[in-house]
Amino acid sequence: MSTRRRKQTRHRLTRPETIRKLWIAFIAVLALTLAPNFFMHPHAAFGVDGTFGFGAWFGFGACVALIVFAKLLGILLKRRDTYYDE
Amino acid sequence: MTSDLAALPPGLILIVGALLVPLVRGAARHALVLGLPLAALAHIWWLPADAVATLSFLGYELEPLRMTAIGRLFATIFAVMAFAGGLFALLQARTVELAAALAYAGAAIGVALAGDLITVFICWELMALGSALVIWSAATPAAYRASMRYLLIHLLGGVVLMLGIVGHVMETGSVAFEAMRADGPAHWLILAGFLLNAGAPPLSAWIPDAYPEGSPSGTVFLSAFTTKTAVYVLWVGFAGTQALVWVGLYMIFYGIIYALLENDMRRILAYSIVNQVGFMVAGIGIGTEMALNGAAAHAFTHIIYKALLLMSAGAVLYQTGRRKCSDLGGLFQSMPVTTVCGIVGALAISSFPLTSGFVSKSMISQAAADQQLALVWFLLAAASAGVFLHAGIKFPWFVFFQKDSGLRPADPPRNMQLAMILFAALCIGLGAYPAPLYAILPYPVEYVPYTLDHVVFQLQLLLFAGLAFFVMLPALARTLTISLDVDWIYRRALPLAWRRLVEPPLAALKRLERGLLEFWPGLIGAWIGRGGPFGLLGRQWSIGAVVTWVALLLLGYLVIDLLLT
Repeated sequence: MSTRRRKQTRHRLTRPETIRKLWIAFIAVLALTLAPNFFMHPHAAFGVDGTFGFGAWFGFGACVALIVFAKLLGILLKRRDTYYDE
Repeated sequence: MTSDLAALPPGLILIVGALLVPLVRGAARHALVLGLPLAALAHIWWLPADAVATLSFLGYELEPLRMTAIGRLFATIFAVMAFAGGLFALLQARTVELAAALAYAGAAIGVALAGDLITVFICWELMALGSALVIWSAATPAAYRASMRYLLIHLLGGVVLMLGIVGHVMETGSVAFEAMRADGPAHWLILAGFLLNAGAPPLSAWIPDAYPEGSPSGTVFLSAFTTKTAVYVLWVGFAGTQALVWVGLYMIFYGIIYALLENDMRRILAYSIVNQVGFMVAGIGIGTEMALNGAAAHAFTHIIYKALLLMSAGAVLYQTGRRKCSDLGGLFQSMPVTTVCGIVGALAISSFPLTSGFVSKSMISQAAADQQLALVWFLLAAASAGVFLHAGIKFPWFVFFQKDSGLRPADPPRNMQLAMILFAALCIGLGAYPAPLYAILPYPVEYVPYTLDHVVFQLQLLLFAGLAFFVMLPALARTLTISLDVDWIYRRALPLAWRRLVEPPLAALKRLERGLLEFWPGLIGAWIGRGGPFGLLGRQWSIGAVVTWVALLLLGYLVIDLLLT
């Protein structure tokens, strides 16, 4: 069992052209999830959640906010991972 | 015969059976490790839905067995978990880990089917011991230290719980474990003891501190029982306690934020335990039938997908000996089974449609919407996106994809693969066909998870969270860091304070004592005039003089006594 075998061939999933295609597919899927908003009439419980593509912009915004907040908190809380080893 | 069996608490099958595990080897041991959980599961479902067993103990009527719908749900998933965990650990784990894990699972089932607080407490402490042993059996110095910290925290929690139970019994005269209100010191203590095991603030840090130090299979067991029995007792004891909504929300965001900062793959998953238990605690706080069904269902599905995630992380650790995301990456090329199973677990924890998380977590959000709890609902929605961010993508991305680490480990041994495939199948099976799960929930379920509205909303939420992840990827680059938490107080501040503030005066006192011992005899001698055998205190006194002094002393006592009465 060889655990270390430095890259001889690049797996096809890791080639740049595949990654470009994956991005295009991902964006297409994102657009597709927005499509139902054109004909579906939403059952909003609070009003705002009935706006166009609510899940999309709210999910994206929440994640960006979480990452930014985590980064800021990290400035205060991050230590080297040998911190407790003494 | 039947009546004897009907009085047997199913948890005992595992606890007693665990003691036999070290005595046998080979096929007999395999049969025990896999057979005992199945026997317990069969017994749980063979018992009638209203089974009760009583036992007199120190004048109290204990109920080591009281079957309820919610208890059966938790006992069922604990037994299923013990089986799959046993399969995953079967050929690789040390004997002590296998035995401790079975006893640990048995004690968890004991809590879920206990009808009185004393039985709950005994099983609670048994769980603390079993789980500490599971951590300890990883047999590394780090694991040993972590198991000691873990044990101290849980023994503290046990004392708090015990005090609460004593207070409760003194107030009510009853040991029965029933719904209570957080309305006085006794119940506050019970609530605090329960919450400590759930990983609630301020002491959440024991989970990411201790669990990731277990062996590859040990952490799988650890993820399931302690926190979920805490969810169970909160469900029974404190449903509808509003403060729990906010405690739960805090746990949800604590888990996400810390997991985003973390580099160790198993610590990421440990933080996400706090996050997921937060959803359950919030549901218990909302307290409607929909919310309580959701919390119970979420505990059930969570045990499966979190164990699955930790199995895939454990497989990676077992094959590579590495835990840090910064050391891993590109493993999908040589570990296809582990990768696919890890991704299924990641999708389930993210509540992707067609996975088990989707049919359970959404009930909690729905309950918040039904109660018009706007802030809670929006926070839960933001958190759902955040779960995909920190566990759903981050874990598989950094472990199996991202850069090529150059590592080409094979998939783990067959028994580990089988356990992963079993739980991955359950994640998808329950997601696609939730009816069997809904059927064993404590309240009737009218909820329909698969509406166009809901599926579209969830897909938008998650996929755009994914977009945010890849857009912000540079900000998420892994660093060789940990993040300080409340455990800093007892791992750093208190030892430092002890060394700086307590040890110097202690050392000074010691010096003073030594000095006094050296100089004291000389000092007394100088004061009395002459020390030594012929000084005032050294020479022999006549009996008559001693009797006179004693008589005078007694007279003094007498006078004082007369004056005072």
